[in-house]
Parts: sequence; structure tokens; C-alpha cells
Amino acid sequence: MIVAEQKSLEELRSLIGDAENVLVVGCGTCVTVCFAGGSREAAIVSSSLRMASKLNGDKMQVRDVTVQRQCEWEYLDEIEEQISEADVVLSLGCGIGVQAIAEHFPNTWVVPGLNTNFLGMPTEQGVWDERCAACGDCILGLTGGICPIARCSKSLLNGPCGGSEDGHCEIDPEVDCAWQLIYDRLNRMGKLQVLLDLQPPKNWRTSRDGGPRRIVREDLRLLEEEE
Amino acid sequence: MTTSSSNDGNLSGSNLEQVLRAGHFAATGELGPPQSADGEEIRHKAALLKGFVDAVNITDNQTAIVRMSSIGAGTIVVQEGLEPVIQMTCRDRNRLAIQSDLLGAYALGMRNLLCLTGDHQIFGNHPDSKNVFDMDSIQLVKMVADMRDEGIFECGDAFKGLEPRFFIGAAAAPFADPIDFRPYRLAKKVKAGANFIQTQLVYDVPAFTAYMEKVRGMGLHEQTYILAGVGPLKSPGMARYMKNNVPGILVPDEIIARMTAVGAPWAGKKKDELTREDKRARSTAWKEEGIKICIELIQQLREIKGVAGVHIMAIEWEQAVKPIVEGAGLYPRPALAEEELAA
Ligand code: SF4
Ligand code: SF4
Repeated sequence: MIVAEQKSLEELRSLIGDAENVLVVGCGTCVTVCFAGGSREAAIVSSSLRMASKLNGDKMQVRDVTVQRQCEWEYLDEIEEQISEADVVLSLGCGIGVQAIAEHFPNTWVVPGLNTNFLGMPTEQGVWDERCAACGDCILGLTGGICPIARCSKSLLNGPCGGSEDGHCEIDPEVDCAWQLIYDRLNRMGKLQVLLDLQPPKNWRTSRDGGPRRIVREDLRLLEEEE
Repeated sequence: MTTSSSNDGNLSGSNLEQVLRAGHFAATGELGPPQSADGEEIRHKAALLKGFVDAVNITDNQTAIVRMSSIGAGTIVVQEGLEPVIQMTCRDRNRLAIQSDLLGAYALGMRNLLCLTGDHQIFGNHPDSKNVFDMDSIQLVKMVADMRDEGIFECGDAFKGLEPRFFIGAAAAPFADPIDFRPYRLAKKVKAGANFIQTQLVYDVPAFTAYMEKVRGMGLHEQTYILAGVGPLKSPGMARYMKNNVPGILVPDEIIARMTAVGAPWAGKKKDELTREDKRARSTAWKEEGIKICIELIQQLREIKGVAGVHIMAIEWEQAVKPIVEGAGLYPRPALAEEELAA
């Protein structure tokens, strides 16, 4: 899932500026699961904004609504009217949700309420960890199902650097060394010989380095046209 | 410095390569470029090292702090008649930049290269920067070996003119975790094409002996020249810091105890009870002991089969190299390159 965090109330207020009609839009998918931008958070953010504006003597109207998925236009159609009434939309979706609103409503001013952090998962109550960097050419089959691109601080492909110590990465004792994890797992599974092969430099073209990425599925496209 | 002559099996023609090939126990040093554009500082440090080492590593933005470039400083070192080992990390450059910089380095007379992953930028003075890590150190070794031996760029295109012929080095961290994997990681570097290896600082000789046993068991000492890393301690505090804070460095308690013991006359006194003369005398005592320990380490490491030389890391204390090299009986250095030139 996409993991995100809320921006500070202070930053939200400065993004909203002196708008009078504010619509906070939550999203019912990833950011709900990571407690950053679901319906609950949308309600809390809008009431905090109302309170702050009251204290300030502003007469800001703040409403909130949550759609099932901000990153699909069909769900945004459901709230078209509310969006058209707002001076500013504060999206509590991930960066994709914000952009979906901007693209779908060309005359609407939309600002981000979250910082979109990474692709990851909850690893304990209240803790999320990065797992994938969407490199576009998955090598988990070579590394025992542990991603060195996203989880090694240097994205190394040929084993641990000299900074690995007691299972943690040189950058921070709180960060696991991905290569220690890979080594331990392959060792346990009796597959250490995989690590002896030289891995060539990665083709980063499938990653963000190749420019914005797009997938076209002709099979699905044709189907749609046939309908 | 001689130019390349692959017909006699010489890969690069560098002095370091010739010293090692002739079976001499090699000594390399280290020179940290300044955080400024002051070339005089390089000349000054080069003068302290010249004649005492076979080649000198020029660090590449060491610990991720911006310094004069390795190749820039290396050019001055070449002018001063000392042979550089250019250090190149994967942190700051992608494969395009690395290759083009190496073409320039070769054209400027540099013949030795040490391929490193590089410390993470979070440690340095630009922690907000983006890192590169397009390749890792092993891929870098292979790329430079292919440039020399296959005459190709990383993309596979053939050189249309002179290819750079470096004597290719890599680092080894014998005591970093996972420790059981370390000899295998060394094997990968050798397989990728590392002609010489410089290790992380060794203070624990028995631990290094055990590592070398595994390395010999894999026959790696016959495929690459292994230079054990040594460095003089400046104080017991430095020894403790390295033991506790630097990954992959083992400092036995007895060495810390030796460093502490020579400071005994000044021990138990608070900072303000010590005069400037006291502090200077204590520092001198510590440094003398640090050099003495370093000399003993070299003598012990030399006895380990498969150790082809030492890499002396006395960064910001280049004055220590002369007494260490002399004390360890490694002076004078073989002057093979000059002999060959004269012949
Ligand atoms: S290898 Fe690439 S696709 Fe696979 S988990 Fe890692 S970053 Fe994601
Ligand atoms: S310590 Fe481990 S995770 Fe950190 S950079 Fe080195 S290999 Fe990668």
C-alpha cells in the first residue's frame, strides 16, 4: 500500500490561505489503512480547521467528504458538485489522489494535505516500513523476497557494504540492514550460493530514471472499444 | 611512470603493480584532499609521503564531506612525483560520470584505481543531497576491468581509441557483518576483476589471521594482492571510539590499555589542571605509542601468508608515515619504475 502522513495543521492553513469554502476530501483506500487520510481523519482535519479559523475570527466554511478511491475518476464524479462549490479542495489522498482531482477538475484549486512517503506495510501497531521502490523490474527472486532497492540505503545488488553492523544499516541503528536480512534468509533456506553470482548493473530505465512510466494493455483497451 | 605494456603481462604499468608483481611487500598511504581549492596543501602532504610509500590513495569526498576531487588532487600528486591511487565511489556519480572521469584521470597520468561503494551522504556535510548508487563497487570493478581487458564501455560499445588501463583495487571489510559472508564478498570482488585489495583497519591480528585462512582456503590470495589496512592511534579515546562507533573495526582491549598506560603520568587530572605543556607531552606520548603499535601490527601482519603489503591510513597525520615505514623495516621502498625507465 501507499503510506502517507498528514502535514502539520500550520502547513495546511497556509496552503488553504484565505479561502472561504474549503472541501476536505478523504480517500477510502491506502491512506485510510495507514490512518492518514480516511473519513475519520478528514472529519478531524476539517473540525481542526474550523476551530482554528473561529479563533482567528475568519468565517471559513469547511466541509469534508471521503470517496472510496481518489485515484479513479469515476469515484470523483460522485462528488463533482461539492467540489465545484469549494474555493479550495484539501485532498487527504496520496499524491496520486491530489493529481487525479487536479486533472479531473481543471478549474478547481487543489492542495495536498498529506506527504506521500513510500510503498510499504504496517510491521507493528503504529509502525510502517518501506518495502518497494517500484523499480519496474522486480529482482526479489534473486534476493530471497527482500528488496535491496528499497531497503538497502545504497540499493546495492551484490551484497552488504562495509557499514553493516549487528543487523542494522550504517545510516541508523533503527534501520535494518537489508543485506543482513537477505543473507540470513538465504542462509536459512540453504540458498547462499545465489549471492555468489555477480549481479550486473541494473537497468534503471524501467524505474523513474527512464522518465514517467506508463503501461498500455492493448488487450484491455480493445475490449473497452468493443463494448 | 611507464605506460602500459600488456605484452609482459603488466596490466597498468603502475609502480604499485610492479612492486607487487616483483614480490616486494608493498606499502601504500593515504592523502585526504582539503576542503578548499588549495593545491599547496596537497603538495605539502605529498612531500611527507614521497619515497615512503609505493602509491598513495586520494580519497573521494571521504565520509561524504565535500573536498577537492580525487582526480584533481591526484593530478597534483603526479606532478609531485608520487603515484596516486584514485578512489572512486558510487555515491556521487552515475556510470556516465564515472567512465568519463576515469578517461580524464588516465589521460592525466593516473594508473591505480580503488573502487568503493562510498559512505552514505547522511554522514557528511550535505545530508540533504540526492545520492546516485547507479552501480555498486563490484559492478564498478567489473566495468573498469572490461574497459581495460575487453576495450568496451559499460554499455558494450567498443573503444575507438586508447582505453584506460588501470590497476584495479577494491576494499574489504573483514570484520563487518555478516562476518561469515566477508570472504565470499571478497571472492566476488576478485571475480569481478580486483587486482589488489586494501582492507579496513586491522588491530585484531588473530581475527585477521582467521579471515586470511578462509581467504587462502578459497585461493583468493593467489588471484589478487591483499594489502592489510593499518593506522596509528592518536589517543586512547580514538581507539575506544573506533571500537564502539565504527562498524567493522575491532580494537582489542589490550591495545586500548597500552594507549591508556602511556598517559598514566597525566591520568586522573581534570582538563583545567593540565597545562598546555602537559597536554602536549601527553599527546606526544600517546602518538609515540600509537606509532609503535602500528609498527608491531605491520610486522605481525607481514607474517600472515597471503598478505602482500600494508595500506597505512594516517589521514591528517601524514607525518606518522615516515617513522612507521622506517620502523617496520620497509624503507627504502623499491624504485622499480625508475629502474625500468633507466634501463
Ligand atoms: S525489486 Fe523493484 S519491484 Fe521488486 S520490490 Fe524491489 S523496488 Fe519493488
Ligand atoms: S549497511 Fe546494509 S542496508 Fe545499509 S547501505 Fe550497507 S548493505 Fe545497504
